[in-house]
Amino acid sequence: MLSNFDFGVVTASLPYLFGQGMVFTVTLTALAAGMGVVLGTLIAMARLSGVPGLKHVAKVYVELMRSLPLVLVIFWFYFLVPYIGAWVTGASNPVQVGAFSSALITFTLFEAAYFSEIMRAGIQSISKGQTAAASALGMTYWQSMANVVLPQAFRNMLPLLLTQTIVLFQDTSLVYVLSLTDFLGAASKVAQRDGRLVEMYLFAAVVYFAVCFSASFLVRRLQSRVAIIR
Amino acid sequence: MNYNWNWGIFFEASPEGTGTYADMLLSGLLWTIATALCSWIIAFFLGSLVGVMRTLPSKAANAVGTAYVELFRNIPLLVQMFLWYFVLPELLPQSLGNALKQLPNAPFYTGVVCLGFFTASRVAEQVRAGIQSLPRGQKMAGTAMGFTVAQTYRYVILPNAYRVILPPMTSEFLNNLKNTSVALTIGLLELTARARSMQEFSFQVFEAFTAATLIYVLVNLVVITAASFLERGVAVPGQR
Amino acid sequence: MTSTPMPAPTPSTPVTPPSQAPTDAGFQTGPLVDPAQAKVPGGTMIAIDAISKWYGDFQVLTNCTTKVSKGEVVVVCGPSGSGKSTLIKCVNALEPFQKGQITVADTKVMDKATNLPKLRSRVGMVFQHFELFPHLSITENLTIAQRKVLGRPKEDAQKRGLDLLARVGLSAHANKYPGQLSGGQQQRVAIARALAMNPIVMLFDEPTSALDPEMVGEVLDVMVELARDGMTMMVVTHEMGFARKVADRVIFMDRGEIVEDAKKEDFFGQPRSERAQQFLSKILQH
Repeated sequence: MLSNFDFGVVTASLPYLFGQGMVFTVTLTALAAGMGVVLGTLIAMARLSGVPGLKHVAKVYVELMRSLPLVLVIFWFYFLVPYIGAWVTGASNPVQVGAFSSALITFTLFEAAYFSEIMRAGIQSISKGQTAAASALGMTYWQSMANVVLPQAFRNMLPLLLTQTIVLFQDTSLVYVLSLTDFLGAASKVAQRDGRLVEMYLFAAVVYFAVCFSASFLVRRLQSRVAIIR
Repeated sequence: MNYNWNWGIFFEASPEGTGTYADMLLSGLLWTIATALCSWIIAFFLGSLVGVMRTLPSKAANAVGTAYVELFRNIPLLVQMFLWYFVLPELLPQSLGNALKQLPNAPFYTGVVCLGFFTASRVAEQVRAGIQSLPRGQKMAGTAMGFTVAQTYRYVILPNAYRVILPPMTSEFLNNLKNTSVALTIGLLELTARARSMQEFSFQVFEAFTAATLIYVLVNLVVITAASFLERGVAVPGQR
Repeated sequence: MTSTPMPAPTPSTPVTPPSQAPTDAGFQTGPLVDPAQAKVPGGTMIAIDAISKWYGDFQVLTNCTTKVSKGEVVVVCGPSGSGKSTLIKCVNALEPFQKGQITVADTKVMDKATNLPKLRSRVGMVFQHFELFPHLSITENLTIAQRKVLGRPKEDAQKRGLDLLARVGLSAHANKYPGQLSGGQQQRVAIARALAMNPIVMLFDEPTSALDPEMVGEVLDVMVELARDGMTMMVVTHEMGFARKVADRVIFMDRGEIVEDAKKEDFFGQPRSERAQQFLSKILQH
């Protein structure tokens, strides 16, 4: 049955699929993961801070993000970001920020909620004795966070953070709803143009599988190594 | 900022001619709920089966279970959606493929099956973790009493494992519910899709998305409340 | 254990009268008398004045008053749950308290104007569970606070850290990680880490109670040397042998109260309260 299919279309479009599509996907994943972890850590610290207003704002933010579908959040920010841009710059009309920036802001803010839950668990896993020892040595809150708590929390949670990044890598395919040219978007454009949906989507599935499967394999190896060190 | 708020928009007639914009969102909500519930049934039973397979001594069962989980977890849901909707009918014998394509409500059935298989891989992981968290003596005690393997699972292991994993299963249920929105890409008119069309018809972007957001939050709260009642209902006295 | 004596911590802060203390708003450096001058009679290092503390409705400390003079070694003992660990953690405000006041070297501990990190950097503390930082090597454990809190250059911090590590007899372990050392070794590193900050006083919170019996001695040896070198020390412990050897005073606590506060000779010779007598007879039977 597969003899009806023409996988030549795949080879012909490889430069486009990877040179443009995959580069977009990987860049978006890496930047959003990096910024998301930083923002997520700050949110986690806010939630654990015990400062009444701050604590609650952080909690509401996380719970709200976690109860919404990513597709809806993508739409939200696609329309909202230009208005926020106008508000920040004081312009009277919505500011166009470009599709990539819009997607980057969306994924950073969305994934930060999930990263913050991981980092919150990580921070809570550090015993109170460690922070007491840091304080007793004269460290301020920020010094103790930067030198004692966060390095340990980050190391303990590294496998989970990486697993969440693999999820993020898969989730970036949803920029399809904004017609952006990520890896799936590129495959989809070729598929529509040449009428080769079967070939292109199967190929996309194989590539995603290969990347995610190898990545999770490496994370599992890392996890068992971390487990031994501890 | 130049944005003309118009909260009255929900009570204006939608251009589809079948009611107001509020009706449009509500019909979206119903499709979301229907898709979530139907796919959850598949996910629950298939996921339990796969999860159990991964805890059996049989190497073959283990391998099949592992392969299933890896396959469905490592391909983005959206790609899986396209595979079921665009690719599968082409791979089947032509008559069957055509029948699939002409199915009324094809996006709904496809969405249900796709989400069911996808979520099953996640349910399987929870079930496996739940079973492995039980003391090993339980399985032996079941065997010692003369239960078959199936009976041991049915009467001893699963009733305990499901209680243990109720909280993570609740969040998988909610994930599944949120994931129904991915089916808008194959034309399912669920809540997010309806909010999007309301925005396209009326240009009231933020009213439409705010309404959808509130509905999702509300549904989440209902599910969480129901789950906590369920948790209390099935709690075994004297056990935590 | 090496037989090298513990160093008298180097005089690093010149004594500045408070009035001349420069722009440093929070903590006044003036009264921080160096232990080199510790034996000046009458000088008070820690003054605990009528403090009470509650966890919710539950009162853990009731009206505790005592003081520790410069160069003095005070042992705090009492049954578990008597509040002795809580009391010592109040001294550097790791535990906040609701009533009363504690002054360390004339600085109020519970005062908004006090720069707590700065105060704590001069008050060494040793914990029951060592609390070395597991992600840092022994050398890094010894230097991190010197560098980040005191702002010492890396080389100076390293030199001081390694010097102290040699004094506690663990030079060979400088590049290891805490998880690779025994409990007794970890606690000796923890003492060196605290000393590296040139503390004016050392607090010990049950430093030997998490150790296997055969490791208690090596830690107590270090503490005895420290006491003999004139360090001001407040020590929560059940080790009555240590108390007999180096303590000047013994405080006995029960149910959040200071029941007995006496010179060592009086405490062991003739405890006045019945509760202290019972405690002593129980603990000395072992």
